[in-house]
Amino acid sequence: MNKTLLIIRREFITRVRKPSFLIMTILGPLLIAGTMVGLAYLGMQESEDHLVLVVDKPHVVTGKLRDSDKLRFFYSYEELDDPAFKASPYTLMVDVNEAILETNTIQLFYKELPSLNVQRTVQSELERVLEREKLRVNQVDPDTYARIRTALNVQLFDIDKGGERSYEQALAVVGFGFGYIMFFFVFMYAVQVMRGVLEEKSNRIVEVLISSVRPFQLMMGKIIGIALVGLAQFTIWIVLTATLMTVGTAVLMKDRLDPQQVLAEQQVTGELQAELMKEAGASAPDRNDVMEVVRRINIPFVLTMFVFYFLAGYLLYSSLFAAVGSAVDNETDTQQFMFPVTLPLIVGIVIAQMAITNPGSPLVFWGSIIPFTSPVVMMVRVAMGSVLETPWQLVLSMVLLLGTFVLTTWVAARIYRTGILMYGKKPSWREMGRWMFYKG
Amino acid sequence: MGSTACAGGPAIFATIPAMLTCEHIVKRYGAHTALDDVTFTVPAGGIFGLLGPNGAGKTSLIRIITRITAPDAGQVLLEGRAMTADDVVRIGYLPEERGLYKKMKVGEQALYLAQLKGMARAEARKRLKEWFERWEMTAWWNKKVEELSKGMAQKVQFVSTVLHAPRLLILDEPFSGFDPINAELVRQEILRLRQEGTTVMLSTHNMGSVEELCDHIALIDRSRKVLDGRVRDIRRQFATRTYRIEHKGNRVAFANALSYTGELLEHTEGEEYSTARVRLAHDSTVNQVLRQLLPAVEVHGVQEEIPRMNDVFIRAVNANTTVPADMTE
Repeated sequence: MNKTLLIIRREFITRVRKPSFLIMTILGPLLIAGTMVGLAYLGMQESEDHLVLVVDKPHVVTGKLRDSDKLRFFYSYEELDDPAFKASPYTLMVDVNEAILETNTIQLFYKELPSLNVQRTVQSELERVLEREKLRVNQVDPDTYARIRTALNVQLFDIDKGGERSYEQALAVVGFGFGYIMFFFVFMYAVQVMRGVLEEKSNRIVEVLISSVRPFQLMMGKIIGIALVGLAQFTIWIVLTATLMTVGTAVLMKDRLDPQQVLAEQQVTGELQAELMKEAGASAPDRNDVMEVVRRINIPFVLTMFVFYFLAGYLLYSSLFAAVGSAVDNETDTQQFMFPVTLPLIVGIVIAQMAITNPGSPLVFWGSIIPFTSPVVMMVRVAMGSVLETPWQLVLSMVLLLGTFVLTTWVAARIYRTGILMYGKKPSWREMGRWMFYKG
Repeated sequence: MGSTACAGGPAIFATIPAMLTCEHIVKRYGAHTALDDVTFTVPAGGIFGLLGPNGAGKTSLIRIITRITAPDAGQVLLEGRAMTADDVVRIGYLPEERGLYKKMKVGEQALYLAQLKGMARAEARKRLKEWFERWEMTAWWNKKVEELSKGMAQKVQFVSTVLHAPRLLILDEPFSGFDPINAELVRQEILRLRQEGTTVMLSTHNMGSVEELCDHIALIDRSRKVLDGRVRDIRRQFATRTYRIEHKGNRVAFANALSYTGELLEHTEGEEYSTARVRLAHDSTVNQVLRQLLPAVEVHGVQEEIPRMNDVFIRAVNANTTVPADMTE
């Protein structure tokens, strides 16, 4: 068998067999999916039931506020003093003052700070009732008011796209997500390469190895072997995460996303039901928007580009990390050299973040072309799909990345082959530069 | 250069084919010259000692021979041909700093290293089993290296070094780290390998093992080769014309009889015999000395003092440090 293949095989097998690989591979998606589903679930949950005492001094809201699952309203015309409120079973007390219709201000007393969600529910219920009261006092017909009331819904259109609705913003956020995962993956596996090189050096096995194979074969074998570990892990993660999230969402959200059931549970009157349906309908476009964004992501294209940029970006950075690992004797000494090598990746993340608010800026353009940041930044443009309008930019970015990978690998290999045999003192940048010109 | 590599070498090697020839090797690291025009020949089939103080350039030289690094000038011939990358499979190298993957299992690791040396997996497994049985290591096969003692790991590494039956075996301080029993095991193994035709190159500071094992040596000091040749010849070359003469008689009688033919360095009187150390005068021979002594004292034995390799080493290095001309005496 070819020697490089032997090295790749060893690097892959020893890593895949490690218990930590199995744990990470299986727990990773569980954690991600679990966190996402869990957060969504928790977001919909109120931690406890609230009993709200409404002190209705002007006698305008009594009996008109609607209870919900976790929130029940009680009414009184006189407020409780502090000790009495503390002793009462009520968790919240709303003080509606005499001049409420003019001041538009209420006071909410609490024992434990209620969630924003609870605050909003209380607020919107009061707003709804007070609005009706004002309509009545001012003798305005509710239907007329409903026609007058204006809530603007702004839809974005890019005229270059035949007046289609634009989802650039949302897609940019998705792209940033991919860019962030890219950053994480490239960094994680490049560090593994560095650790592997360092292990061989501090074990002193490296001298035995390079009396059998060329240092370049050893370095590339390790880099490719770990790349395969990354691809394997990535594939398993995608499959597992997708499965888990589908299953998890289906199980947990079954009761919650069905408006019919929500309504049935509440046993509301016909009139109220109609009103609720109307509100549910109003929020429906939001959900459609999410579906629309998902529909617009060219998933095969994005995944293909992700794999390409991951591999090319990883190859570029891992060779540099291999050089760092070869130059020092122990992991503590890596810090000084790791920072400058990692910096471009971090810059990439910063640019990708800017791309969310301003995807068309020159900074984002250059960031997606320049090889050291392109793996992260280009993912934003790839997810937005906008890069397909100028394919030459994508091709240029890819070619530059590959070219730079060849260059950095050449440089790294020259530092590596000298570094792995140098023990003792920590080299300076200048020394590492000189190593490049030693005859191998 | 493809023909005979011995042509330019010392006459004594002329009859033995050369396993390895280093020709005018120069290696520089920045401003530091690690090897300066080093030339010597390792005859095939023997044990060759590569000697020198720490930092003399031995490791640099070994790394060039094992093709870990390339020389800035000069070339290395293996069995008369310029070395190529494929020749590394014909060399086995045990570095001074031993090392194995700690987390990898012994058998798997030995198989991996053998395959990197170009062996087929099945063949490597077969030979490993043989070695493991011979050295009673079979139980270690599925253990991780970190579970082994240092000496055990050294044995595994030695087996890995010789498994692919290299034509040239380079051992850097092979006995360090072994207890006396395992050191003897390794020594026997080196002798057995020589018997089977392997050329062994031994880099060591242990002059005792050099005298005992090596047929030829090269001594490197401060990047230069200062001495090379057959061990016997070199020791003779460093001889100081000093003889130990056992006799029955007293010091005064001996000294008188010796007269101008030699200088009495030391005289010890034992129960039965006395021993005198005599350095011959520069114009006399041992026969002349004996002719002087025989009428006066009863001589029981005469033996020339051949210097130990240890003395040769120290003198050669000191001579190189001070005035190079002193070297030949």
